[in-house]
Amino acid sequence: MNTLLMAIIVVVGVPALVVAYIVGTEYVLRLVPETTRPRIRPWLWVAPAFLFLITFLIYPTIRTFIVSLMNARGDEFVGLDNYLGLFSSGAFWQTLLNNALWIVFFTGFVVIFGIVIAVLTDRVRYETVVKAVIFIPMAISFVAAGVIWGFMYNFDPNIGTVNALITAVGGEPLPLLLEWPRNTFLLIVVGIWMWTGFAMVILSAGLKGISTELLEAARMDGANEFQVFFRIILPLLAPTIAVVATTIVITALKTFDIVYVMTGGRFGTEVIGTLFYRQLFTIDNDGAAAAVAIILLLAIVPVMLFNIRRFQAQEAIR
Amino acid sequence: MTRRFRSFAPIAVALSLVLVLAACQQGENGGGGEGGTVSLLVVFGGEELTNFESMLAPFEEETGIDVQIESNRDANAILQTRIDGGNPPDVAGLPGPGPMAQFARDGHLKQLPQEVIDILDSNYDEGWKVAGSVDGTPYGIFVKTSLKGLIWYNPQAFSDAGYEPPEDWDGLVSLVDEIADSGTPPWGIGLESGAASGWPGTDWIEDFVLRQSGPEVYDAWVNGEQAWTSPEIRAAFEAFGQWATDPIYVAGGPNAVLSTAFGNGGDCLFAEPPGCYLHHQASFMSGFFEENFPEVAAAGETYDYFMMPPIEFNAITTAGDLFGMFNDTDAAKQLMAYLVSAEAQEAWVRTGGVLSANKEVPTDAYPDDATRRAAEIMTSAETTRFDASDQMPSAMNDAFFGAILDYVQNPDNLDSILEELDGVQAEAYGE
Repeated sequence: MNTLLMAIIVVVGVPALVVAYIVGTEYVLRLVPETTRPRIRPWLWVAPAFLFLITFLIYPTIRTFIVSLMNARGDEFVGLDNYLGLFSSGAFWQTLLNNALWIVFFTGFVVIFGIVIAVLTDRVRYETVVKAVIFIPMAISFVAAGVIWGFMYNFDPNIGTVNALITAVGGEPLPLLLEWPRNTFLLIVVGIWMWTGFAMVILSAGLKGISTELLEAARMDGANEFQVFFRIILPLLAPTIAVVATTIVITALKTFDIVYVMTGGRFGTEVIGTLFYRQLFTIDNDGAAAAVAIILLLAIVPVMLFNIRRFQAQEAIR
Repeated sequence: MTRRFRSFAPIAVALSLVLVLAACQQGENGGGGEGGTVSLLVVFGGEELTNFESMLAPFEEETGIDVQIESNRDANAILQTRIDGGNPPDVAGLPGPGPMAQFARDGHLKQLPQEVIDILDSNYDEGWKVAGSVDGTPYGIFVKTSLKGLIWYNPQAFSDAGYEPPEDWDGLVSLVDEIADSGTPPWGIGLESGAASGWPGTDWIEDFVLRQSGPEVYDAWVNGEQAWTSPEIRAAFEAFGQWATDPIYVAGGPNAVLSTAFGNGGDCLFAEPPGCYLHHQASFMSGFFEENFPEVAAAGETYDYFMMPPIEFNAITTAGDLFGMFNDTDAAKQLMAYLVSAEAQEAWVRTGGVLSANKEVPTDAYPDDATRRAAEIMTSAETTRFDASDQMPSAMNDAFFGAILDYVQNPDNLDSILEELDGVQAEAYGE
């Protein structure tokens, strides 16, 4: 009952607050001369968003950075010790290496499969069916996907699909998730399975935007299908590919669920996301966890900058 | 435009005031738990949770207190977050004695109320109060306990093959060798347990350390004063590894050990023909047998246990689920007192697979002989030690779990694995 009341208050109250704010600012604006009002108004309108940004983004970032310079309990300043501790441990380099593998292979295969499927299905009648099937994994939660694939990879051929196939053709069951780097690659396969649908949908939309006349013209001029693809479709699709790739790279950097569920970050599969969780919740070392988070942030910043640049370039073209 | 706004404005302002007020009120309610409710965060799930809820039902009926159970497999992370956020549940299951000490020293945990201490003093062995204390002040209660170091076997398979439960350590070693010689690996071991994978191996190591080197070394080791590279700890790893890393001694070899979920670690006892004959696990394992083999599993007939025999020292290891109180409301105090009471403990043990440390719980409350015997062993043992890894600082605990997995996978790396543990030890206990 209490919850229901709360829900109603929120549903009605939040829009009311917004309206009240706008009306309120208009009242305040009355106090200043009419000529200066247009200069002040945008700032008043942007202020709430800015406030949210400061509260939920900028303040936590600064706070995280400060915590990363403190000890495990967060009550003593230790300078860069947390960072030095991380970079001096072999396990952390292993973690970074794994994230690098994720970035290269996860991003690479998702984008390539995305393009190939988008282009191939563009020509067939049952396009929607194929695309729906490939997009379905995207609708499954990461944890569920991790559990499902955990069974697929199980060492026991009575449970694990992969090992059942291996033993069916006369092989010995393989400990698929125990040996590095095989386990990391198999985890990446799960990621690819989940995210190819996402890349495909976006790229397919981009593909529809390319005018067919252009392609017809190229074919008339004697270009074969490969030339059409590599010389015309691919360059025109480049901005879309860049957007998809950067999104996937960020996803690769943030990888957590699949690894946490399937190996718990053990057997050399640790990634930044699971290391952060381990430091914060398992080991309860706030300082080291914050340092990991800051390193992850720093790793993502260049990708974000690249993305923003692209957006600006596109805006400029428009 | 402006005129329309004007008529709407008072309503909007009034509504937003309501919103703000509601938000404030919500904030007050969230922390307190006044007025006959108590929030409780537990890690239990599935049947365990159902049993726990049925145990709480009489309490809710008698007192009219509404126990709001929040159950999550990741309860430890949730607890940590809620403590950091200044909004802990009234009562919560704690990850173990190590984190309990941290919560208590940081001032988050409330001392046990007198009514709980009275029950502990009259109905419990001194050791449980000590294990739940930090710097001499009692903070935690053990709502259920388990006896560790049990070796499970299948009496039917044993008699078919002509084996007998051993009388002493030498007897166990020769039994293991005899089974191995017959071509069947004697042991079934499963170490997989999600993010906590490896813990069943820590139980093995703990049992070896305590039985090989005695309680003094064990205590020093728990307190970070015994090097992992010392001969005592190394001997325990080697004794475990001799069996757990050799396909002759363990079903499926190390790959199966690392891949098998701990709950399925003893499944090979029930295979036809047996895939293994022995399984080392705590008293709660009977619950898994019953769940995995509802048709076949029968206490005393198809599964039974003997204690891992003394080696140089005669001692046993135990473990338990700790609960602590973060808000000392009346309802929370009453709940804590109920949880340790003989009434609640009796209801809890009747559901099976659970041991109670409360001496007032009648032995006939235990649903089967196996659990009853475990309860008697636990309450009558001379030297009892609480699970070592649970008492270590969380960083040490996590590294210990990981070391077990590394060791089973690469037994030749024992030197570097133990050295790494020494490195963690030097830092983890420093605070």
